[in-house]
Amino acid sequence: MKYVIIGNSAAGVGAVEGIRQIDIFGEIVIITNESHHTYSRPLISYFLFGKTTEEQMRYRGDSFYAENHCTLIQGTVTEVNAKTKQVYLSNGNQISFDKLLVATGSTAFVPPFEGLDLVDHKYTFMSFDDAQKLNNVLSQNKQVLIVGAGLIGLKCAEGILKRVAHVTVLDLAPKILSSILDDDSAKLVQFHLENMGLSFRLSCSVKRFEYNTAILDNGDRIPFDVLVLAVGVRPNTGLLKEVAQIDRGIFINEKSETTTPDIYAAGDCTQTFDVSSGQNKIMALLPNAYIQGECAGINMAGGKKSFDKAIPMNAIGFFGLHIITAGSYNGDAYTENKNGNYKRLFYSENKLNGYILVGNVEKAGIYTSLIRERTPLDTIDFVLVCEKPGLMAFTKNVRMVKLGGEKIK
Amino acid sequence: MKRVYVNEKWCLGCHLCEYHCAFADMNEKDMARALKNVKIKPKIKIEERDGVSFAVSCRHCQEPLCVKGCITGALTRVDGVVTINRDKCVNCYTCILICPYGAISSSDDGVVQKCELCIKTVVGTPACVRGCPNGAIVFEERQ
Ligand SMILES: Cc1cc2nc3c(=O)[nH]c(=O)nc-3n(C[C@H](O)[C@H](O)[C@H](O)COP(=O)(O)OP(=O)(O)OC[C@H]3O[C@@H](n4cnc5c(N)ncnc54)[C@H](O)[C@@H]3O)c2cc1C
Repeated sequence: MKYVIIGNSAAGVGAVEGIRQIDIFGEIVIITNESHHTYSRPLISYFLFGKTTEEQMRYRGDSFYAENHCTLIQGTVTEVNAKTKQVYLSNGNQISFDKLLVATGSTAFVPPFEGLDLVDHKYTFMSFDDAQKLNNVLSQNKQVLIVGAGLIGLKCAEGILKRVAHVTVLDLAPKILSSILDDDSAKLVQFHLENMGLSFRLSCSVKRFEYNTAILDNGDRIPFDVLVLAVGVRPNTGLLKEVAQIDRGIFINEKSETTTPDIYAAGDCTQTFDVSSGQNKIMALLPNAYIQGECAGINMAGGKKSFDKAIPMNAIGFFGLHIITAGSYNGDAYTENKNGNYKRLFYSENKLNGYILVGNVEKAGIYTSLIRERTPLDTIDFVLVCEKPGLMAFTKNVRMVKLGGEKIK
Repeated sequence: MKRVYVNEKWCLGCHLCEYHCAFADMNEKDMARALKNVKIKPKIKIEERDGVSFAVSCRHCQEPLCVKGCITGALTRVDGVVTINRDKCVNCYTCILICPYGAISSSDDGVVQKCELCIKTVVGTPACVRGCPNGAIVFEERQ
């Protein structure tokens, strides 16, 4: 059996570990267009911050490929042929497969701003190469403008703030982290970031660039030395364009199968069922990428695995302030907002759908599991769990299983 | 493999497991002296309410979500024990987001902490189990 994996990141690594649980002999070829040992993508901001090193960013140990008997090939796949079961590389080579995994992740979306081509120092923030380029131009006299106050833009801001003169973050949305926070929590986090020295320009957009100045829609001018574009990401679905069903991401089922036999997909390039909202979604985050990849690997190798509990979720922190969110924000809300800690739980029809925690995030996983497992809220002490997440809210019998090692009856 | 199991009905709520857990990490000889006036941050924690109490620590799951979800590769499961590489952890709290038992917590060292069955500190039975006066926490091989 010959397995080919496109992408050497979380989903690809998950697939290798999944395949090797079942098949220790099959040939595994990983193709990547990044020239690094597998590394943790989210750590690129920690790298700029100085909290980790290139060495420690390695997602798996140095002997990972040797131990798992994988061949790592550097190159860019340009075409997948499902009929002949071959992938084509930009250097003209072709590689055949019995089972293929597409784990190509996503790419930064760069809007066609007028004048962008004449901006000297412009960067996206998606890869270790991006981080290294940025690393080379940072210095204490630089003014930085980051377009995009989402997860990636703000992690970048945190990573570089202390290394430059000033950082301004601009976003079209009226609040920061609009994909994961509600208005009140966004204000709390923004206040914290402003205290740390970040400046925000919200509810406004760049109309055009004049060399190293951004001209905003209201006419304001923001001069900068370094520009970071973190407006959004697009899943890399192109390889399967004529091959399998694609909506915004590549469609996969709970086995990580695409609509074409022997071709699997996992991670940020895919779209799958979100149990918290009942909708098909792109859930671009590392835990899902790994779990989908592992699930794909096991199934590619002939094992049986399902991952049908995907939900959006995020753990993110800025200068010591932690934020954990999960699920979808539908239904009634339970809210606590005191002493700089914020909690909001969303529930309806006897189920917890989502939550936002800022500050005190202790035992957040209890809430996550209530969403993931769709636990009927009338089987637990919901009033108690709202105040204090813990196993105390479950019945004694459930605890006997969870802690006491009893079998589920 | 041997695991820590909790017999809730025997738990006295005395919190000794927490003290033994904290002490096991300290590299000190005298427990009373080492813990005097110290605010401990144990890896096993008692939940208690209305006369019910029980200890919660890592279950060392067969399929640990924390390991699968760890963004840095700091959490691994080797020979059934889920351990943390403190050099790799960046305190992102993804494991706190994902652990269904609430068994991973923050520490004062800029990395998260969790029960590692005392494999790094004590030989044999974990300190919490040895320190439990009532057999409410046991270390057993079960099917
Ligand atoms: C700055 C930043 C911070 C983040 N922080 C977090 C966080 O805190 N928590 C979290 O859960 N997630 C975070 N994420 C998201 C996380 O990094 C992704 O969810 C995760 O990396 C997805 O893994 P993946 O394997 O699906 O894809 P990727 O990591 O995107 O890897 C895909 C790989 O495939 C390669 N590739 C693509 N096309 C081809 C081709 N045609 N030929 C060859 N190779 C190809 C790409 O170069 C890349 O190396 C962050 C992302 C960024 C950018």
